[in-house]
Amino acid sequence: MMRVLPGFRSSLTLALMYLTAMVVVPLVACVATVSSLTFQEFWAAVWTPRARSAYALTFGASFASAAITSGLGILLAWVLVRYEFPFKRVLDALVDLPFALPTAVAGLVYSSLYVENGWLGRFLVPLDIHLAYSRSAIVLVLVFIGLPFSVRTVQPVLESFDVETEEAAHSLGATRWQTFWRVILPALIPATITGFALSLARGLGEYGSVVFVSNNRPFETEIAPQLIVQRLQEFHYREAASIAVVLLAASFTLLLVINLLERWSKRYEA
Amino acid sequence: MKPKSSLQLAPAAHRPARHDPLYVRILLIGAAVLVVGILVVIPVINVFYQAFGRGISGYFSALFGDRDTRHAILLTLIVAPTAVIMNVLFGLAAAWAIARFRFPGRTALTALIDLPFAVSPVVAGLMLVLIFGLHGYLGPWLRDHDLKIIFALPGLIIATAFVTLPFVARELIPVMEAIGSEEEVAAVSLGARPWQLFWRVTLPNIKWGLLYGVILCNARAMGEFGAVYVVSGRIDGRTFTMPLRVEKLMQEYDSPASFALASVLTLLAIVTLSVKVLVERKTRLDLAEASRLQAPGETT
Repeated sequence: MMRVLPGFRSSLTLALMYLTAMVVVPLVACVATVSSLTFQEFWAAVWTPRARSAYALTFGASFASAAITSGLGILLAWVLVRYEFPFKRVLDALVDLPFALPTAVAGLVYSSLYVENGWLGRFLVPLDIHLAYSRSAIVLVLVFIGLPFSVRTVQPVLESFDVETEEAAHSLGATRWQTFWRVILPALIPATITGFALSLARGLGEYGSVVFVSNNRPFETEIAPQLIVQRLQEFHYREAASIAVVLLAASFTLLLVINLLERWSKRYEA
Repeated sequence: MKPKSSLQLAPAAHRPARHDPLYVRILLIGAAVLVVGILVVIPVINVFYQAFGRGISGYFSALFGDRDTRHAILLTLIVAPTAVIMNVLFGLAAAWAIARFRFPGRTALTALIDLPFAVSPVVAGLMLVLIFGLHGYLGPWLRDHDLKIIFALPGLIIATAFVTLPFVARELIPVMEAIGSEEEVAAVSLGARPWQLFWRVTLPNIKWGLLYGVILCNARAMGEFGAVYVVSGRIDGRTFTMPLRVEKLMQEYDSPASFALASVLTLLAIVTLSVKVLVERKTRLDLAEASRLQAPGETT
C-alpha cells in the first residue's frame, strides 16, 4: 500500500512509547515482583481463607450484578428502541450517567439512601431489606455501575433488527410473545453476553463505590481490591502483588472472552 | 442514498407485526422509568438535597471555607487536566496510526489500548507503588536523587492518566475511520504540509469526537478514586484530590460537606452527559448534511 499520508512513523512511535511506559512496564513490574516469590510463598499469599472469601464475594457480587444488569439492559434497550413516549431522550441520556459519575459519589449516595433513615431505607429496612453495609449493597451499587454497559451493547442490535423477520413470524401465526421469545431474544443473546461480560469485568475491579457501601469486614463484606489495599497498608507488597496478579488474570481472561464474543456475534450478524 | 421504495415508510412502531398492546407498552415503559428513577434519578437528587442540608451559605462555606477542601479542588484541577493532555496527545497519535495506516500488530495495538479498562484501579495504583515506591524498583534511585513520585503530585498524575488512558483514543479511532482519508489525501496531493493537514483538515473533521473524548476523559480523571487512593498516601492538605476528600469528610462524619463536594462532581457528570447529547446531535446533523450534499442524482 502506498503511504500518501504523513506521520505514520512518528505517530506510531509516540503511541508505542507511551503505551510501553504507562501500561507494559507497570504490568511487567507487577509480574516480576510476584515471580521473585517461590510457588509456596505465592500460594500462601493468594490462598488464605480471608483471600478466598474476598474472591468469592468479588466474583459472586460481580456475577449477580452482571446478571441483573443484563435483564435490565434488555428491558431498557427494548423500551428505548421500540416505544415513543415523553422524555424518552432524557431517559436515554440518563442511562449513561453511571459511566460519567465518579464512583466515589455513587458509593457515597448509595450508602446513605438505604440506611434506616435514608430516603429508600426507611421503607426497606422495616421489611428487613438491608441495602447498605451488606453484601446486597455491593451487588446493588455494581448494578448501577454496570447498567450503561449492558444497555449500550443490546441497543444497537435491537435497532438494526430486521422488521421482515418479525413480520414473517407474525404472518406465520406466531403470537407477539412467541416472536419475542423465539425470534428476537435469540438474536440478542450474543450482545447480552458481551454486556454481561463487560459489567462483570467492571465489577471485578471496582473499588471506589464498594468501599463506601460496604463496611469492609474480613470474611464478610471485604472485596479482593480492598484486601490488596489492606496488604499494601501493612507494607506486604509481595502479597498485595500476588493477589493483584490473580485479579489481573481473571480480568484478562474476561477481556479475551469479550473479544472472542464480539467476533462471534459479528459472524452471527453476517 | 437509498431509492425511495414504494413500500410503507411508516415508523417501525406502527407496523402491525411490531405493535404491542397498550398495556404491555405502559407496563414496560413504567418498569424502565422505575429502574432509571431508582438507580439514577433519586441518587442524583439526593446528592444535591444533602449537599444543601445546611442551606446555600453552608454549601459554599463547605466548599470554599475549608482550607483542605480548597486544596483538594485545586489539586484535582491540576491533576486531571494534566492527565487529559497526556492522553489527548497519545489518543491523537494512536488514532492517526490505527485509523489511517495498515501495519502488522495493528489489532494487538488496539487491544493494548483497551487494557487499562480491564485493570482494577487499585491494581493500577499498586503497580506504580511497586515501581516508584520506597521499596520499588526505582525507589532507591529516586530517593538518592531526591525525587518523589509516590505520595506526591507525579504519582497522582500518572495513576490518573493510566486509568483514563483509553478514553480519547477509543472515541477518535471510530470517528476517523468513519470519516475516511479522502480529504486528507487530497490535501496532501495539493501540497499541504503535515501541520497544515492536521490543523486545517483533520482537526476540523474530528473536533466533535475529540471534544467528547476530552470531556469524558476529564470527568473520569476528576472522579478517579481507587488508583489515586493507593498512590496518594493521603497526606492532609497535600495529596487529597476531590474524591479522596469526599471520603475523608464522610469518615469525619461531616456529611453535608462531603455531599457538597460530591455535588460538584455530580454536576461535572451532568455537564459531560449534556455534551455527549449535543455532540451526537451535531454528528447526526453533519452526516445528514454530507449525504444531502452528495445525494443529488445518485441512486446507489
